[in-house]
Formats: sequence, structure tokens, C-alpha cells
Amino acid sequence: MRFFENGRSWIVPRGIAVSIHHLIIRGMLVGIVAGLLAFGFAKIFGEPQVDRAIAFESAEAKAKGEAPDEELVSRQVQASIGLLTGVVVYGSALGGLFAIAFAACYGRFTKLSVKSAAALIALLGFIAVYVVPYLKYPANPPSVGEPATIGMRTGLYFSMIVISLIAMVAAVSLKRLSEKRLGRWNATVLGGVAFLVLIAIAQIALPAINEVPGEFPASTLWQFRLASLGIQAVLWTVIGLLFGELTDRSLRGGISRSA
Amino acid sequence: MANVTLAPTRTPVAIPLREILPWAILGGLLMLLAIYFIGAEQGATSLFKGMYVHEFVHDGRHLLGFPCH
Repeated sequence: MRFFENGRSWIVPRGIAVSIHHLIIRGMLVGIVAGLLAFGFAKIFGEPQVDRAIAFESAEAKAKGEAPDEELVSRQVQASIGLLTGVVVYGSALGGLFAIAFAACYGRFTKLSVKSAAALIALLGFIAVYVVPYLKYPANPPSVGEPATIGMRTGLYFSMIVISLIAMVAAVSLKRLSEKRLGRWNATVLGGVAFLVLIAIAQIALPAINEVPGEFPASTLWQFRLASLGIQAVLWTVIGLLFGELTDRSLRGGISRSA
Repeated sequence: MANVTLAPTRTPVAIPLREILPWAILGGLLMLLAIYFIGAEQGATSLFKGMYVHEFVHDGRHLLGFPCH
């Protein structure tokens, strides 16, 4: 498969350097590494907030005279192997999807180098998949959220992810289409403005959700949400940078071997 | 071959879409399924009865930003 061209055109033999399944496997492995680091971050910054939120929940239930919920999975398991499984499986799936997006975009929608393309796709992905939906429907600790509305809240959250992804694709397409006429800088600004306008419309149109109990400690809520943002930032940063670095190296290796 | 240098002006060449597509569909579905199990199973919808999956990944689900409970 040809991966680079420079006049003479390098032929990179299939199987040595890059094929789509290699990229996907690399993405998933990089995602596992990202997940392990994100687990460490979650353990340090996230778990204390989860514990505080659960303590609040138990105190509320006790005050109402309700019996405590029966534990199907102990708190210890939830906070260790359960959290690890959740973050690592999520990270590896995210890494695999990232690799597919990279394979589709690289050399097609961008002429950026491997490392720059990977970093840019990760940044735009982080904004579209996590940050924008989070601004409308932020992460909530235990005891925030009515069990009765879980269906609606899940539907709205995933709708916001889909809308945000579509807006990102539209904004990038607009940037590309107007680049010849407006120049690179202005086209990029135009794309950014288009994204903001589309997101603003979606955020105004979709219903607001506020199910935070009146007595819930504000600082715990704030720190929980910051921790959630941090976990996702760790995941996306590690995936973008590590995937770019490793793919760049494997391509160089493939070229020197075939040269 | 010791004198071969990589030209700094290499331009990237895309992977053909027909090669990406089958992997994207198959792998993409599997990975979305994995994200579904971490993020939503036994919450809004259930493929399996009970609450074990929900309770097991409980902390991760909250901290990754998915709606829970």
C-alpha cells in the first residue's frame, strides 16, 4: 500500500507498515494505556467525590427513614475493579473508533503529518463527543438524577453527542469548501463560528435538566464534574498523542525497511 | 543505501475507503456495543435482566459522564 508520496513515491509493503486493522489494533491498545492512566486520575480525583455523594445519599435516605439499598456489588469492587473495567473498556473502544476516524481522514481531509493529524482529530473528537454534550448535560455524581427520568436523560445525552458530531463534520466541511475563496485562516474562523452557532441552537432547543437536590454540596458537585472532565481529557490526550507517535514511528520503520 | 534520506516534503496518501469500510462497520459496531455496556446497559435500556452490569461499572459510568440511575 502506498502511504507516502514524494515524487518517487514510497511503496510501503502491505503488512509491514500500515493497514486498517493494524491501525485499529493500535488504537485499541493505545486506548487501554489511556484507560489505565485515566483510571489513576479517576481514583485520585473522582472517587473521593463519588464517596461524598454516596454519603450524602445515605444520610438523606436515613433522614427519611428509608432502609439503605441492598448492595449488589460492594463499594470496594465498584471503586476498584469495576471502575478499572469501565474506564479501560471505554478507553479501548474509544481508541478503536479514533483509529477508524484517523484512517478515514488521514491524507483525505487533511494533508497534515501523522502526528499533527492524530492530535487534531483527538482534539476535535474530544470537543464534539465529550465537551459539548457535557456543557449541556454535565456529568452527575450518585444521588443527582431521578431514576424515573433515566430514559429521557440518556436519550437527550446521546442525541447531544450525535448533534455535536454532525455539527463538527459540517463545520470542518464548511472550512474546507470556503478555504479557496477565503484563505485558510478566515475559513477556519468561519468553520468555528458555524460550529458555535449550530451548537447554540441545539442547546437552546433541547430541554434543560436540573435534578440536583437542593441540599447537595455545591463543592462536591463542582469537583465531581471537574474530575469527569479531567478523566476524559486524559483519555483523549493520551490516545491522540500516543497513537500519532506510534503510527509515525511504524511508518518510518516501514519506509526504511522498504527503501 | 546509507545515503537515502527521507524527503521532508512527503505528502500523506489516504487509505482507500473500500479497505476501511468493512473494518469500520464491523469494528465500529463492536466498539459502540462496548461503550453501550459501559454507558447505558441496565439503565435506560436492558439487554440482560438484573442490575449487575450497572452496579459493576457504576463509578465509571458516573465519572465518564453518562447519565445514571
